[in-house]
Amino acid sequence: MRYLPKSPADRQQMMREIGIQSIDELFAPIPAEYRLNRDLKVPRQMAESEVIDYFRECAEANAAGYGVFLGAGAYRHYRPVVIDSLISRGEFFTAYTPYQPEISQGTLQAIFEFQTMVCELTGMEVANASMYDGSTGAAEAIMMAVRVNGRKSALVARSVHPEYREVMSTYSQHQGMPIAEFGFRENGRVDMAELEKKISEETACVLIQSPNFLGVIEDVAAIADLVHKKGALLIVSIAEALSLGIVKPPAEADIVSMESQSFGVPLGYGGPYAGVMATKEKFVRQMPGRLVGEAKDSNGKRGFVLTLATREQHIRREKATSNICTNQALIATMATIYMTIYGREGLKELAQQNLAKAAYAAQEFGKKAKVLFQGAPRFNEFVVQTQEDPYDINNRLLEKKLIGGLPLKRFYPELGNAALWCCTEMNSKEQIDAAVKAVGQ
Amino acid sequence: MSNNDIKKATRHVIQNEGLIFEKSSPGKKGYRLPPLDVPEVDYKKALGQAAREDLGNMPEVSEMEIIRHFTRLSTWNYAIDLGMYPLGSCTMKYNARVNEVVARLGGLAEAHPYQPEKISQGALRVMKTLADCLLDITGMDAITLQPAAGAHGEMTGILLMRAYLQSKGNPRKKILIPDSAHGTNPATAAICGYAVENLKSNARGMVDIEALSAQMNEDVAGLMLTNPNTLGIFEQEIHKIADILHDKGGLLYMDGANMNALVGKTRPGDFGVDVMHLNLHKTFSTPHGGGGPGSGPVACKKVLEPFLPKPVLVQRPDGTLGFDYNRPQSVGRVRMFYGNFGMHVRALAYTMANGPDGLRQTTEDAVLNANYIRKKLEGDYDLPYKSSSMHEVVFSDHRQNEKGVKTGDIAKRLIDYGFHPYTVSFPLVVHGALMIEPTESESLEELNLFIDAMKSIAREAQEDPDLVKNAPHSTRVSRLDETAAARKPVLRWKPAQAKSAGE
Repeated sequence: MRYLPKSPADRQQMMREIGIQSIDELFAPIPAEYRLNRDLKVPRQMAESEVIDYFRECAEANAAGYGVFLGAGAYRHYRPVVIDSLISRGEFFTAYTPYQPEISQGTLQAIFEFQTMVCELTGMEVANASMYDGSTGAAEAIMMAVRVNGRKSALVARSVHPEYREVMSTYSQHQGMPIAEFGFRENGRVDMAELEKKISEETACVLIQSPNFLGVIEDVAAIADLVHKKGALLIVSIAEALSLGIVKPPAEADIVSMESQSFGVPLGYGGPYAGVMATKEKFVRQMPGRLVGEAKDSNGKRGFVLTLATREQHIRREKATSNICTNQALIATMATIYMTIYGREGLKELAQQNLAKAAYAAQEFGKKAKVLFQGAPRFNEFVVQTQEDPYDINNRLLEKKLIGGLPLKRFYPELGNAALWCCTEMNSKEQIDAAVKAVGQ
Repeated sequence: MSNNDIKKATRHVIQNEGLIFEKSSPGKKGYRLPPLDVPEVDYKKALGQAAREDLGNMPEVSEMEIIRHFTRLSTWNYAIDLGMYPLGSCTMKYNARVNEVVARLGGLAEAHPYQPEKISQGALRVMKTLADCLLDITGMDAITLQPAAGAHGEMTGILLMRAYLQSKGNPRKKILIPDSAHGTNPATAAICGYAVENLKSNARGMVDIEALSAQMNEDVAGLMLTNPNTLGIFEQEIHKIADILHDKGGLLYMDGANMNALVGKTRPGDFGVDVMHLNLHKTFSTPHGGGGPGSGPVACKKVLEPFLPKPVLVQRPDGTLGFDYNRPQSVGRVRMFYGNFGMHVRALAYTMANGPDGLRQTTEDAVLNANYIRKKLEGDYDLPYKSSSMHEVVFSDHRQNEKGVKTGDIAKRLIDYGFHPYTVSFPLVVHGALMIEPTESESLEELNLFIDAMKSIAREAQEDPDLVKNAPHSTRVSRLDETAAARKPVLRWKPAQAKSAGE
């Protein structure tokens, strides 16, 4: 086996020195009746070229080279080549958690830079080293809010990504942490009247998404006012991180839970992505996940370490803020490199292009169909309601190598023949025009 | 000691580098966008009050500086690619390059999770093939690939147990967890609404069967067991353990962190485990990436299948693959979409490169390596548990303690010798533990260098303990003051701080 660096003679020598005749002696602790005496039923050992051939076939059986109008929590943005070139350095991708800071300064400093950039973008004071993704991060944010203010229940907007909401309910079901939902209005923004009616002295937190699942940017300041008046915490979930290039950061929030996939992370059929949680300094000791902090060595030199570990499971065990251990460090490094490449001006320019593409597309779709949720600002997603079933439209588009918007029936049956469309810098005017043409054909 | 004893490493010049923010200045750019082919929109007008003023301290640097910055940072890391990384229970094995190549193939890497199933058959085939391999490897009946990491898999598994027991009328109150367990186990049980009851090990480092019998009752949902456990010892009375749980209606959860000791030699499903997780980033070689991403598939017996997270990957009557969302008894989703698919690709590539013979040889070599280290070092370090070792061996710093040298000191000194330290001070059942897992990826030469280094440090601990206690001596930073860092945490860069702290 080509990954194993031992000759038969090496193995013989080692067995001799250990004092065994056969390798099976080392497996004697396994009771004989449980030893496997046959080959595993897995494909036979393959040459590297055969492995590549197999996956190439799989890749070809998947869509490749399509124009994509899907967003909904996973966004197709251009990935500068520098990202893979850098994260492919073995020192980044074959290292583990930086438990030994003296020989992990590269990972530690990169994470410190990630934390800083997330704070700059979100308007929060501290950010952690990453969570699994935006959905689990949102669930952990609710658990954190409950720890912070000691209240038990949560209110979640129905305009939050439906799969995020499913994850929250899975996490909360056995923690005595009931979650109720509140709706949205004609313009797609949260229904403030309903929120006001539902929020109570028991409410630990209110969780909204902005831009929300319907593509609409929420009035975070107004919601924060209402939530804070009731003594609850406001959690803002951000699924499309690039929006922060031009959208005001949710600085009025108490906790921001962000999915970083837009920042240079491949769509990869849904993962791996990287969530991140950011909050106010005063709540940091209730925050889950790893944190990197600045430290000095014995000569006064600046370095970085994992810090505030007393929140974590390896110290606190069942009293920890979360059970999270392995997170998404390499993906966070990808995002850090991406944010560095585009930086202060590029993120803004790129976000402007996204907004312009979506605005153009919405305007064109509006000529043939109904664009829902008018009257509130949008970023790069919008909902189109058609006469025809969007699945049929999408089937026609597939013939033109275009993947249409996400039909919403599964999640919001009340919207009828509606689909959520997304336009990024990757969608050309030509693609947009072709898609519009297919509507109402 | 002299530097001649350090055979694996030599000091050499390494680049200094500040924070990226300290290199930034207005007008530098690392990108260029194509011209906009639709009418421009005044975003401030479009967004109104929601428009952002500026992006504060986000960096402005050129592509050249970005390459140098992150390349320089990377050179400050130790990595498997540089040498042995014997972190116990982390299974730091070789991350094959072909895995990275296939994970980046356009059709897989650029697939949108919501693209129609009929143009996702390739991705679904990867998941199905991996799932089938993992089912035979574990001896289980059903599996989900959704969990994003080991601890996430634990949560999924305990939720399955809970849902199953609930369906029988009573979810029960407690989970038993051995004192040698990883901290994620009790933290997981708590999230799933269970009280944790500690189960102590016997003198051989295994589950104390009598204690288990005494503690097991109708209030206990089950036991979370790592096998081999964190001492590297196979639970020889595993069948009795399973019987005791099953007799009282409880379930056996196995933490699969140490599965690298078992693949191809024995199957948890055969020795009584009801549900378990695997760490694809350990046993199946997907890269650890400086702390993730991981992937934590959960495999279970038939009775738990109805409760698996949704959607469940199924083969439809026409032979195509797809997701079944209609799962009324499901515990729900544990993550959006379908899991860390990129890791599924890599794990399958690893499985295919090995085949049944390679997987078995891998396990044998991993166990051989650990036992070789044990044999060579048991004269120099105290071995608190004498039971047979599987893929890892746990020593203690008992002998070195006489001179005030602790496991953490020996670990730091190992850095000077060109190695990443072992896992320090864990498992908690061993005072001053040195937990060493070499994996199969080490050659005899590398193992001998490691053994020589450990012997040399044992000598130093007797002859010049201060040398060990102040290690490392050759890294770009010496020991960092972690206490001060935690007392007044600085968790982000700020412009003012740069002026005083610039290198």
